[in-house]
Amino acid sequence: MTASDNTQSMLISLEKVEKWYGAFHALKDINLTVRKGEKIVLCGPSGSGKSTLIRCINVLETIEGGRITVGGRVLDGSSKAVDAIRREVGMVFQSFNLFTHMTVLQNCALAPMRVRGMSRAEAETLARKYLERVRILDQADKYPAQLSGGQQQRVAIARALCLEPKIMLFDEPTSALDPEMVKEVLDTMISLARDGMTMICVTHEMGFARQVADRVIFMASGEIIEEAEPDVFFTSPKHERTKTFLGEILAHH
Amino acid sequence: MGPIGANEFLFILQGLKWTALLAIIGFIGGGVFGILIAVTRVSKSAAARAIAAAYIGLFQGTPLLMQLFVVYYGVALVGINVSAWLAVAIAFTLHASAFLGEIWRGSIQAVPKGQTEAANALGLHYVSRMKDVILPQALKISMPATIGFLVQLIKGTSLAAIVGFIELARAGQIISNQTYRPLLVFGIVGTIYFIICWPLSHFGTALEKRMAKAAR
Amino acid sequence: MNYQFDFGAVFERAPELLWATLGTFGLAFAGMALALVIGVVGVIGRTSPNKIVRAPVIAFVEIVRNTPFLVQIFYIYFALPLMGIRLNPTATAIIALGINGGAYAIEIIRGGVESIGKGQVEAGYALGLHKADVFRLIVLKPALRAIYPSLTSQFIMLTLTTSVCTSIAAYELTSAAQRIESDTFRSFEVYFLVTGIYLVISTVMMGIFALISRRYFSYPTR
Ligand SMILES: Nc1ncnc2c1ncn2[C@@H]1O[C@H](COP(=O)(O)OP(=O)(O)OP(=O)(O)O)[C@@H](O)[C@H]1O
Ligand SMILES: [Mg+2]
Repeated sequence: MTASDNTQSMLISLEKVEKWYGAFHALKDINLTVRKGEKIVLCGPSGSGKSTLIRCINVLETIEGGRITVGGRVLDGSSKAVDAIRREVGMVFQSFNLFTHMTVLQNCALAPMRVRGMSRAEAETLARKYLERVRILDQADKYPAQLSGGQQQRVAIARALCLEPKIMLFDEPTSALDPEMVKEVLDTMISLARDGMTMICVTHEMGFARQVADRVIFMASGEIIEEAEPDVFFTSPKHERTKTFLGEILAHH
Repeated sequence: MGPIGANEFLFILQGLKWTALLAIIGFIGGGVFGILIAVTRVSKSAAARAIAAAYIGLFQGTPLLMQLFVVYYGVALVGINVSAWLAVAIAFTLHASAFLGEIWRGSIQAVPKGQTEAANALGLHYVSRMKDVILPQALKISMPATIGFLVQLIKGTSLAAIVGFIELARAGQIISNQTYRPLLVFGIVGTIYFIICWPLSHFGTALEKRMAKAAR
Repeated sequence: MNYQFDFGAVFERAPELLWATLGTFGLAFAGMALALVIGVVGVIGRTSPNKIVRAPVIAFVEIVRNTPFLVQIFYIYFALPLMGIRLNPTATAIIALGINGGAYAIEIIRGGVESIGKGQVEAGYALGLHKADVFRLIVLKPALRAIYPSLTSQFIMLTLTTSVCTSIAAYELTSAAQRIESDTFRSFEVYFLVTGIYLVISTVMMGIFALISRRYFSYPTR
């Protein structure tokens, strides 16, 4: 692979990223590149900065140092760049964050209309397509509060897909769910991965990581400690902290 | 245009005296009757509750200015030779009793049910249960809203000006007409109201915040 | 008490009272509309991270809420012409009502906005919406639902406050009452009757507000 191939297929790059919350150093010298179609699983103990990292990618947090590039566009703090990047990046939150006053269909049609400038009819057709994709089209006219957690999270995935993003970010999408609902959301994510979506998933679902991840990244205290293919990561982790963490996680599951 | 000298200023301060007096009388008189209204509003008798509710609804559903007019002319009809001052004071007392009654009704009902049950279990009779157990707690709960209403009442006394009673606002109007400096005069009058009301409002909100925190 | 009540003289003026009632409704609704606009715009300033934007809004709210409406309306009545704005008393009254109601609306709406979870706002940003759209499409409606009870009771208060607009001779019910009083000398009868009209107005408004609430805010939340 030549250098130019490399930059062309590179979708996200973080170079020397530093993030502070006041006096608290939340991200320390983060370097990470994600190529088109790659699936990254991000794990690590609570407070290690996983959410912060992916939130920086779609500018829900601003960074104090380093450089983030998404789809060839440098995040330079201009609102143009912010718009362009958010347009390319879909995000799914731990707590779904569906808009409570809108139906499922309205939730999904909002961004296509407001951000992509579609007509209502076009937007709703698109919304139905992605609701179908996450197999929840039959609930289109319900309000979020009328759905189960797993259903809500699948709607949230459909809503993000309606942006037709190049990259999907997931921040612990299954950890607020009752155990019996985890599978339906993971299945949806797996099928997305099969279709070639570029994904960064913060999750502790190690089965999912083994199945779809190209790389697993382990973070602790704001740093990337270890980065490896799943086989290597789970069978022969290099660092002590990774081993401890894996021990704890696997004991739980 | 005339100057605003010491005389004009003194006249305005005279008005302030009546504003303060009206507010104090309305608040105290309204407080006394308000407790009655509140207690009636939560009494066992459905008829009594309905009457209290109608009384509150009447005063909360009509303009204070109309209440002033009706009481003012209504009192005159009764025939006794009452001064304008007494008529206005009666009107504010009635007005305040309805609003305070409603505020305190809410507070009485906000006292946890267990308190009534505990008082009952101790064998306290109705008066003692209310006076010693429920009302003191309700009073505390109601403090922010009560102070909020006091501010409303102080501002409300300005409407006595429209009935012709010379308090702070009317004094301002008179001086404004004499000196042709309405912005300056109403600026001064507004500032005086602000100096009285703002600290009260501030105290009320601070209390509310503190109580919200304590509840958590 | 040997006073002879005579409502007849007042009833003769019924058409005038009816028109004035419409005037009161007009003042009230125009005032509310303006208050709502001031409230929505003001709350954006009130919640701004920039202190220079926030401070004047706070000052505005505190001044309006801690001075009587009567003084405010006089001040505005005299101030507008000096600013080169010549309006009739009724238009002036609408502005005064809007400003007064707006200050309360800012604080009420702020409470509502603060009750909306951070996650809702972030989800909006993550979908690429801009700040104004996030506010208008995502925050506003749930916030309105949260503040609806206090906002509507504030509106009823504003409606009752329109009676003070008689002090600048705006076209509304109380000035009609005062006019009829000075013609007929039936003070008690006029004010008694007009008080009744106000009671009907506020009761009707409460009914309308309840109806709106059922239509507009009926989406389920857990
Ligand atoms: N807005 C904020 N202000 C101050 N500190 C923050 C803020 N957000 C996060 N932090 C801190 O930054 C650190 C990293 O937080 P982050 O949410 O990224 O952790 P995480 O790895 O996602 O943890 P979890 O598994 O609990 O979600 C934590 O110590 C947290 O307390
Ligand atoms: Mg997190």
